[in-house]
Amino acid sequence: MALSGIQIYKMLPQTNCKECGFPTCLAFAMKLAAKQVELDDCPYVTDESKTQLAESAAPPIRLITLKAGDNEVAVGNEVVLFRHEKKFFNRPGVFIRVVDTADEAAITEKVAAASSYNVDYVGLDLKLDGIAVEAASGDPAKFAAAVSAVRSACALPLILVSDDPAVVEAGLKVLDGEKPLVLGANSSNWEAMADLAKQSDAALGVAGDSLEEIADLTVKIQEKGVEDMVLHPAGGTMGASLALQTQIRRLALKNFRPLGYPTVAFAGDGGDPAKESTVAAHAICKYAGFVVVDTFTPELIYAILVLRENIYTDPQKPIQVLPAIYEINNPKPSDPMLVTTNFSITYFSVANEVEGSGQSAWLLVADAEGMSVLTAWAAGKFDAESIAKAVKEFGAADKLDKKVIVLPGHTAVLSGELEEELPDWEVKVGPREAVDLPGYMKSVLV
Amino acid sequence: MPIEIPVDKWPGTVNTVTLGATAADGGTRSKVVTIGGEKSLPFMHFENETPHRPVIAMEMTATRPNDWSQVLLDAWGDVLSDPGQWAQACEEAGADLIVLMFGLNDGNDNPITPDFAVESVQAVLQATGLPLVVLGPGQAEIDNEILVPIADATKGERLVLGLCEDANYRTIVASAMANDHLVLGRTPMDVNLAKQLNILMTDMGLPLDRIVMDPTTGALGYGIEYGYSVMERLRLAALQGDAMTQLPLLVNPGYEAWRTKESKVGEGVPETWGDWAARGTHWETLTAISLIEAGADVVVLRHPDSVTRVKNAIDELMTLEPA
Repeated sequence: MALSGIQIYKMLPQTNCKECGFPTCLAFAMKLAAKQVELDDCPYVTDESKTQLAESAAPPIRLITLKAGDNEVAVGNEVVLFRHEKKFFNRPGVFIRVVDTADEAAITEKVAAASSYNVDYVGLDLKLDGIAVEAASGDPAKFAAAVSAVRSACALPLILVSDDPAVVEAGLKVLDGEKPLVLGANSSNWEAMADLAKQSDAALGVAGDSLEEIADLTVKIQEKGVEDMVLHPAGGTMGASLALQTQIRRLALKNFRPLGYPTVAFAGDGGDPAKESTVAAHAICKYAGFVVVDTFTPELIYAILVLRENIYTDPQKPIQVLPAIYEINNPKPSDPMLVTTNFSITYFSVANEVEGSGQSAWLLVADAEGMSVLTAWAAGKFDAESIAKAVKEFGAADKLDKKVIVLPGHTAVLSGELEEELPDWEVKVGPREAVDLPGYMKSVLV
Repeated sequence: MPIEIPVDKWPGTVNTVTLGATAADGGTRSKVVTIGGEKSLPFMHFENETPHRPVIAMEMTATRPNDWSQVLLDAWGDVLSDPGQWAQACEEAGADLIVLMFGLNDGNDNPITPDFAVESVQAVLQATGLPLVVLGPGQAEIDNEILVPIADATKGERLVLGLCEDANYRTIVASAMANDHLVLGRTPMDVNLAKQLNILMTDMGLPLDRIVMDPTTGALGYGIEYGYSVMERLRLAALQGDAMTQLPLLVNPGYEAWRTKESKVGEGVPETWGDWAARGTHWETLTAISLIEAGADVVVLRHPDSVTRVKNAIDELMTLEPA
């Protein structure tokens, strides 16, 4: 747990020398607690206090970054159990698994498809983070060949899955200058695995049947000089994994350092692709740092990546869509121009209702600082002036045969002012709720 | 090293609610469904036993649906035109209960009548022994016009009637009270609005063990994170002892997921969206699983494949078996 200003103050020299730029040590301590200054600004702090303060300043869950060339994936650094308490910071890395016993052409094909996959979601470019290569063969040469095949087919970070140090070593040799995750260490191989991870600067996964076993291992491995670890709790049913993931998160947030690392979950371990979607969703909601999926199909990966995006959205900051004119079902100049705000959920509600009804429309999204229609109207962010500005900025008139604009029903009161702002337009008042739009468009607008 | 597992001890408990009544209790159902009773966050079996697993309801409409995704129409086929057969198909698909939705007309372009509504409910009750949720079209006047005679005609069945919303709950609550039914309240994604409606309904004298609440959720990709967090906050408040949040949660991943473009539209969408039918089922399944993680007691689904997947996932979530 982070220290309070008073706790930090007790570790400072308490001389009020002012050399840090603050009038008192207490004032400096308060700034430190708020993470607004660095401890190094105090010239007289003891080494002992420095160590203690550095430890307390470390995040409860270590940030682990895997790298391959310019491609990186960072997970960890989480500070809450529930997203509404603050937010979830680092999206779990989603990896696709290939097995070294598969035929090389099949590996290359799957990896090429997975690594080049990208899909647009509300203007965000969603992608997979890497490939997990599993050594089912147990043969170092075969594993190295599979890792080479993967590396030549894609440039994303890798997870190497094997508990045989000789096999892992062969795989690591192929990946010079990268930071992969080795998965990993267990109670019988941990010394050799720790040595390998240290030599190659890889992150090391730590598996165990119980949290006690994992915690013992992370302490011993850290003593060997490996700092970057990932926890791989035993599998079992979704209920069992939920219990372990929750317990690890709770203990880590209580600053129990031996479990202060992100976790990895395998969605495909059950061997059933239909089940894989449910396990992946479960792992994303409840605390996994890396999610490894066996099946690569666009429809599954699209759904998983969107869920990850949703759960890791900052609850304090409304997601906004870009103000613009959006086309719904390829509208023609005779179709209506609807107007709404740029709060993403507002936009989605409107777009989704119209889209689902099969009718076509132009949707003018005005900049209302990410607020919903009523909130924005009450705050003066969605008024005749801002709507008129959007109409002009995005060239709404050029899209239409007849200059007709439809206001959300809740803001009917704006219609008079809008007519003044847009003298050559006809202003209509639509329904209050998006769900009534299709009916309104069918009955009133036609 | 020995580790002390942090255990949450909560003062509050979610209400236990039983849907449906057998002949012994004044109804005709062959099965009843009991939900709620949680003393911990979802599936924290190491803290407390989860007394009742989340259940799966299947949504069907009284008349052939005219705005459902083609994927769903293909999956169900001919039963869509016959409420009795459709209800049976839902039961065979693994539903624990049925949600029967009414629209504004009777399927022949005539406005819906009380007689048609009562006949439809009775057809479904005869075709299946599962408990039933009956929802009006969502327009106050018509809801009241059809739900009152339905409640009268099925006295003692412990149906769940809805929707109760802040603008329209009195008539529905009164007729549920008079005929031994339950009600479903719905509020738009907000903890305080949900509490407010529950206060209004219980103020009329309806016992808390006869109310289920729907806090509304978005679909995957369409605001699910708002509904997800509202549900987590409602459940945390319930466990902390706030009586007006201690109602079991019913949510509609089927409705939400199947009206998204991803599920509804098969042509002219990006290639990166993949196979249409598979995508629709994934969309519904992922929406449902996320909401179950957030505390759902009832998920209402539409596609039989999603029912199988979500059911298997609930089976797994309910056990602590190691690998």
